[in-house]
Amino acid sequence: MSLEVNGKAYETDEEGYLANLSEWNLDLAEAMAKEDGCDLTENHWEVVNFLREYYDEYQIAPAVRVLTKAIGKRLGKDKGNSKYLYELFPYGPAKQACKYAGLPKPTGCV
Amino acid sequence: MVTEDTNHEGGQVKKFLYLNRRAPHGTNYAQEGLEVALIGAAFDQDVAMAYTDDGVFQLKKDQDTSDIGTKNFSATYGALGDYDVTRVYVELESLARRGLTKEDLMPLVYEDEDDDWEEKPLIRFVSEAELRDIIEEHE
Repeated sequence: MSLEVNGKAYETDEEGYLANLSEWNLDLAEAMAKEDGCDLTENHWEVVNFLREYYDEYQIAPAVRVLTKAIGKRLGKDKGNSKYLYELFPYGPAKQACKYAGLPKPTGCV
Repeated sequence: MVTEDTNHEGGQVKKFLYLNRRAPHGTNYAQEGLEVALIGAAFDQDVAMAYTDDGVFQLKKDQDTSDIGTKNFSATYGALGDYDVTRVYVELESLARRGLTKEDLMPLVYEDEDDDWEEKPLIRFVSEAELRDIIEEHE
């Protein structure tokens, strides 16, 4: 599968995850979100950027429980809870946000 | 190495001890073992890790895989604490036999949520005999 953005084709797996992490860019993230009918707000970006930083440091995409706890620590308890994160990413906060972040599916997700 | 405990809800909590005896690179046992442990922990298994024999090299700091063309996944050990894996045992005799000291290992920590996120050391150094007892507890 592939996704075309600004005239460039990006290879993805069958679930829409980017094949080559280094090809990621902001426009691609917006385009992936749009395909899911989702407009990325500042609140979405906080989570997406957090995931990219986490991957950069630990070389894995965190499972949803780990993400929730870490967001709570970083951005406060009002954001570090399932309700808030599922409102932003109804398909599953870790799974969906990792996709827009250009990361593989989280370690600990089926 | 699985034992079962009864938790407060009367269900069964399986206790897993992942025993690592192999060097980190050259085979993918180490990387895949780490991933399996993390996935289990993400699903609320009670997970502990043990490193013995050449397995102690897995926790060596400053690993560099650029010349062997594999991913340097050693950074991922730093995520163990985030997955609530807070018991990581390293066998002292195995370290000594390989000319390694505690200071040669990554300074892994976990943040204790119940103690204002204070960082606490993750690695517990144990003797061969102590590790044998720990393995027994998990059988």
